[in-house]
Amino acid sequence: MSFPLLTATAALPAIGAIATAAVPAARRTAAKWLALGVSLATLVLAGVVFARFEPGGDRYQLTESHAWIADFGVRYELGVDGIGVALLALTALLIPFVILAGWHDADPLETNSSRWRPTQGFFALILMVEAMVILSFVATDVFLFYILFEAMLIPMYFLIGGFGDRAHAGSDENAAAQRSYAAVKFLLYNLAGGLIMLAAVIGLYVVAGSFSLSEIAEARANGSLEMATSTERWLFLGFFFAFAVKAPLWPLHTWLPNAMGEATTPVAVLITAVVDKVGTFAMLRFCLQLFPEASKWATPVIIVLALISIVYGALLAVGQRDIKRLIAYASISHFGFIVLGIFAMTSQGQSGATLYMVNHGLSTAALMLVAGFLITRRGSRLIADYGGVQKVAPVLAGTFLIGGLATLSLPGLAPFVSEFLVLVGVFSAYPVAGIIATVGIVLAALYVLVLYQRTMTGPVREGIGGMPDLKVRELAVALPLIALLIFLGVFPKPVTDVVNPAVQHTMHDVQKKDPQPEVEAAK
Amino acid sequence: MSATAVHSLWTTAGGVTSAAPGDKFTAPTIEYAQLAPVLIVVGAAVLGILVEAFVPRRARYTTQVLLTVVAIAAAFAAVVGLAADGYAGENANIAAMGAVAVDGPALFLQGTILLVSMVSVFTFAERRLDPASHGNRVDSFAAQAGSVPGSDGEKAAVKAGFTTTEVFPLALFSVAGMLVFPAANDLLTLFVALEVFSLPLYLLCAVARRKRLMSQEAAVKYFLLGAFSSAFLLFGIALLYGYAGTVSYAGIAHVVDGTVQQIDPALAGTMGNDALLLIGGAMLLMGLLFKVGAVPFHMWTPDVYQGAPTPVTGFMAAATKVAAFGALLRLLYVVLPGLTWDLRPVMWGVAIVTMLGGAIVAITQTDIKRLLAYSSIAHAGFILAGVIAASPEGVSSVLFYLGVYSFVTVGAFAVVTLVRDADGEATHLSKWAGLGRRSPLTAAVFAVFLLSFAGIPLTSGFSGKFAVFKAAADGGAGGLVVVGVVSSAIAAFFYVRVIVLMFFSEPKADGPTVAVPSPLTMTTIAVGVAVTLVLGLAPQYFLDLAGQAGVFVR
Repeated sequence: MSFPLLTATAALPAIGAIATAAVPAARRTAAKWLALGVSLATLVLAGVVFARFEPGGDRYQLTESHAWIADFGVRYELGVDGIGVALLALTALLIPFVILAGWHDADPLETNSSRWRPTQGFFALILMVEAMVILSFVATDVFLFYILFEAMLIPMYFLIGGFGDRAHAGSDENAAAQRSYAAVKFLLYNLAGGLIMLAAVIGLYVVAGSFSLSEIAEARANGSLEMATSTERWLFLGFFFAFAVKAPLWPLHTWLPNAMGEATTPVAVLITAVVDKVGTFAMLRFCLQLFPEASKWATPVIIVLALISIVYGALLAVGQRDIKRLIAYASISHFGFIVLGIFAMTSQGQSGATLYMVNHGLSTAALMLVAGFLITRRGSRLIADYGGVQKVAPVLAGTFLIGGLATLSLPGLAPFVSEFLVLVGVFSAYPVAGIIATVGIVLAALYVLVLYQRTMTGPVREGIGGMPDLKVRELAVALPLIALLIFLGVFPKPVTDVVNPAVQHTMHDVQKKDPQPEVEAAK
Repeated sequence: MSATAVHSLWTTAGGVTSAAPGDKFTAPTIEYAQLAPVLIVVGAAVLGILVEAFVPRRARYTTQVLLTVVAIAAAFAAVVGLAADGYAGENANIAAMGAVAVDGPALFLQGTILLVSMVSVFTFAERRLDPASHGNRVDSFAAQAGSVPGSDGEKAAVKAGFTTTEVFPLALFSVAGMLVFPAANDLLTLFVALEVFSLPLYLLCAVARRKRLMSQEAAVKYFLLGAFSSAFLLFGIALLYGYAGTVSYAGIAHVVDGTVQQIDPALAGTMGNDALLLIGGAMLLMGLLFKVGAVPFHMWTPDVYQGAPTPVTGFMAAATKVAAFGALLRLLYVVLPGLTWDLRPVMWGVAIVTMLGGAIVAITQTDIKRLLAYSSIAHAGFILAGVIAASPEGVSSVLFYLGVYSFVTVGAFAVVTLVRDADGEATHLSKWAGLGRRSPLTAAVFAVFLLSFAGIPLTSGFSGKFAVFKAAADGGAGGLVVVGVVSSAIAAFFYVRVIVLMFFSEPKADGPTVAVPSPLTMTTIAVGVAVTLVLGLAPQYFLDLAGQAGVFVR
């Protein structure tokens, strides 16, 4: 038996989480370094996975399969495809930055209690989330995936509710109330989605008699598993509902601005750049692969919802007065693009959507984390409290600008490639949808540039005067992310190479061929 | 009509077919070995009463605790021995002249009841939580149950350092009844077992050391409503006897199937009358649904759970539910399988209102014990979904769920006993604010139990819920599964609310403290956490066990 590389990649942060939580209360700094070390070691393992993955090889590679709960027909089955490997690498890459950016976020205000260990808890929970997200990207058993999909809510919930943003407008009590409201809203929305999915998971088992993704897909392909059209549609809706809450898709998105606004910025990045990707990833992997016919049936409605997300999210972002909520609404708009690309059912659209997941992770992390550094300095999330920062802290303003430009998909930065691919893919299948989605790009330019203009340019506002520029730790977060954004913007080949074969598999599942260009068809 | 004819009429009606005129009384054959678990517990209970009478007061506590623990352990060993001898599978048979079944479900449930009783008894015996009274360590039970609350007699009893060690034999009697209840194979045994386990429970509810009036009120309510439901059950038994001419489960089942050959001349007028069967069956079900706390027979649950001493609440919530669901399963699968199609709509209705009712009403609760009571109602609904599945898979899923649920319940109530202020346990939810700051470990353990109740994956609650929902969906009750997940989502709200309160709220200045318990309660809680995590991560062994125990002997 070969070395269980995927299990190791997920187990390392899980063990690291337990070790971090066990560090004594007084040794907070040691806990931080331990967490950072574990996340870097996980990154190395993820790099090995990425290197060992052969883009032209089998669909699922590095597979592992063990008996787990035979009574439920559940096996511990792992395997990674091109889409999974890209997102796994993204997750492993972002976590060290999240930890580094949140270095002081969980320092206790008072150290009187010898047993209360919030710092240890904060970093342990982040590592726990990492472990669960990684495992969910490589799980090829529907039940195993479901378990992780639900279980990751619990550490996220404690991260949102337990470690709020100190920069809050109101009183402490008010802040705590809003924070726990956001955490509960996050949990209940996602739990409700997950429980609906549970009904569909059970239904799938009753129909298919197995939870193994490959078994079910094979049985469907060779016709040994017939599903009534209505059954398939109900099951699809059960799965899709959960993923649409997680993604989040309009009108199930309202938990995201609350959660991202109230959480500390590293946790906000964790939500939108890492955890939410599980939702869009699962649409690709489970909805399309298990229920191809129902996916095609639902496509028109989902495309409309995605378009509403794009335009509505962007419009609300323009109107925000709170920096973090602005980025949250921008993310809703971007998730609309991802869903649009997935359900355009063209290979460009789906490659673009996968690439978009990676690039959105990087660009949001860059913008949000730098915004977090800014907010920590001034102690306010309101845009109106800022002005003229670029005169005082030019490096901060510069990195903020690049993060913002990446968010609005400036050519030369990574998100441009993916947004372009999505739009091309959508346009070839649904031209009207492609045109409407373009509105989102225009609005993105508006909300990003207005945000920059109001906060960074103009006269130096009161309270901004002595603002220090980025420190070494903060530069260590911002610069690598910006370097990656530029690198993947110019040279996206490493990611597209692993993603494209996987997308071809998915396209084969839904038995869709790319629409031929008009000129050729006319011949 | 000659005397002989009258005699034979009587004896046939009584179910004894071999008695010829002039025969002497023949002693019944009793398979003592197969009844060993019950006999051990009853014997120890009787010994416990003698201990109360003859052992000096200061030595009673130790003697009773030891006796109870040893008896339960021995009974559990007997259950394991019987299972090892194959009584859970191919050797399953009906003992004691058709009165008691020794089969897979019976042994599985008896094992569960005994283990749960064991950890419950640990919380009964806890004496570190309440501050010492007049130099004596005291437990959760009144100094002298007979003294009027607030009277001089009570003060004298407290001052003298009396303790109610009778709770241990009472608990043992109750356990004995619970052991027989799911194994009962005729309706009279069922009724006797019901009374044997209920009457000690009524008493146990009334003997709280603190808030005695509330405790006595709870006991009276429980007793009155319990008596009411017993009457229903008894009336149902009478009607079924009229219908079938026998109280034995197999005999009734034969009449229901229409496979009975010989119609009793004395009962020819009523035998096979479907009205009797339907009304009698419905009344029997009512009696059992009362014991499991299903809506609309749940009214007693919140008051009794709140008023009873918390260790008793934990014991009652866990063990009673196991026993009552066991009896319900046997009744539906052995006696009334022919009625599956008549009863299904009713059971569907009960399951739906139980799941939704329990989950919705729980949202408004402000007392942790009442909250757990309503949560137990919602869980009864989930279990009913598995009962309705009407398949061996359904039986084993229910058995598994009962095992899961009972340990989490005992553990959760054990944690409730720890959170205290000057008035004893601080059960009002507002007092739990910020508990996570003050006692992270206690709050974390309680959060694990709550997450398991909510059915979050990687906890035992999820495995159990998944098992019953899967069985229900397989058994054609997909609608119940949908209602089940909807009520799970509603229920998640109030479990999460408690977690929010413990971890995300600021502790109050005059908040309660967490008492440091003795190893007894610690064991109870540790067992609860261990079972929750093990059955959440690797439930296969126990699913196998429950799967093997899924077949009733007929």
